[in-house]
Amino acid sequence: MTRRYSAWSLFAEGLRGHVGWAPAWTSPKLKAHYDYVIVGGGGHGLATAYYLTKVHGAKSVAVIEKGWIGGGNTGRNTVTIRSNYFFPESVALYDFALRAYERLSAELNYNIMFSQRGIVTVAHSDAELEIQARLVNAMRLNGADAELLTRAQVLAKVPLLNVSDQARYPVFGGVWQGRAGVARHDAVAWSYARAASAAGADIVQNCEVKGFVVEGGACVGVETAQGTVHAGAVGLAVAGHSSVLASAAGFDLPVRSYALQAMVSEPVKPCLDTILLYPGTGTYLNQSDKGELVIGGGLDRMPSYAQRGNPPMQETIISGLLEMFPAFGQLKLLRQWAGVCDVTPDSSPLIGPSPLPGLYLNCGWGTGGFKAIPAGGYLLAHLLARGQHHEISRPFDLDRFRTGRLIDEAAGSGIPH
Amino acid sequence: MQLFPCPFCGPRAETEFSFAAEAGKTRPEGDVPDLAWSRYLYSETNPRGPAREIWSHLTCGEFFLMERDTLTHVVKSSSSLRAAS
Repeated sequence: MTRRYSAWSLFAEGLRGHVGWAPAWTSPKLKAHYDYVIVGGGGHGLATAYYLTKVHGAKSVAVIEKGWIGGGNTGRNTVTIRSNYFFPESVALYDFALRAYERLSAELNYNIMFSQRGIVTVAHSDAELEIQARLVNAMRLNGADAELLTRAQVLAKVPLLNVSDQARYPVFGGVWQGRAGVARHDAVAWSYARAASAAGADIVQNCEVKGFVVEGGACVGVETAQGTVHAGAVGLAVAGHSSVLASAAGFDLPVRSYALQAMVSEPVKPCLDTILLYPGTGTYLNQSDKGELVIGGGLDRMPSYAQRGNPPMQETIISGLLEMFPAFGQLKLLRQWAGVCDVTPDSSPLIGPSPLPGLYLNCGWGTGGFKAIPAGGYLLAHLLARGQHHEISRPFDLDRFRTGRLIDEAAGSGIPH
Repeated sequence: MQLFPCPFCGPRAETEFSFAAEAGKTRPEGDVPDLAWSRYLYSETNPRGPAREIWSHLTCGEFFLMERDTLTHVVKSSSSLRAAS
């Protein structure tokens, strides 16, 4: 059986008709006890299992997933990975993830197709350019790469932009983060699943966690569709459904769930080789390796658990796209979808102990969870194994809502969340 | 485009409305501990399914109570907050 991926193994398997590949991960039966149970088999949950085995030497780990792995928000985003945030706490967190993504293909022996094509965030006025200069300075002080672009530099990177006299949102310049990029979303989930499974973690799909086993005021396991599982510590990584499971555990979270939609056009020839965010229209896009334009925008404007996008927001996003690129007017959409995002009041994640001892949280990523998968997994693994915060996750504890030390990135970096 | 029923204006397009808050929260009075105050400010039940919410109809400016399912988006009822109080 071939387990290691390389050009040579691909060639050798090609000679034998590709019959020797080992399954990327095994599907064991759920056991009655684990040292660590992670609820949710998206990128964050699978990464947590991987870092528990790799960094903390855990031998007994289970990831329990309601549907199939990577089928929630990990498979529903626009695959953008960036760290252009304002506050030091945020840059420490998101740049940790970006640096991990840079090494991930080699570390996991799995091509996640990470393409660092950079992101342009356009400024539409002199005032916006001033604010962007402040963001660039903050990013540089915090150790992330950033550059202020002139109008000519933006247009050189994105030549198809609407620069006519009638343009509703003129281009004055922009922020450039060259290390930002896109990655193949399924590959991120599957690579972590494969590495965690190889290290002995059990990945159990089609098994819903319905509640928690509480003894002496602490969480000691989970109730699942396949029976009760006891655990030394339980991690929650269920994104938009965090409130549902928190409610089963007996507490409320400062989280509201919204649908975030995205869509792709029919494939076209290469015409956009960066990621582009237009604050004026709220529309952002990149072009996939297959040639499809991957297009996203803001949240649907009502609390929702429906994994589908509303027509009014779709119209806003598409009209924004055509304002930016009149040349795309003839394009047809291939498909549209939505994921349920767990949005916090300050647009920053929640990582830390929950009000129920023994249960740890990794949620509140809102619309930006995909880019943070390695960080979310690493930090939740640290919490589960050590029972205490890593210095990077400390500011993102639930207690910030009591102390008032919010990390308001929606106001800080001006990034739509 | 979904139609929402404004109790004052009748059925109108969803784009005329803005979600305001979950219904049923009561502002704690007096000397309130930090935790109780932060719960009042930030915690949400965020139900998956039937929900009671305060919405605003932007065109008439009225706030009202809407019972809505967050999974199916079906609206069960809407009523004036004045009637409820």
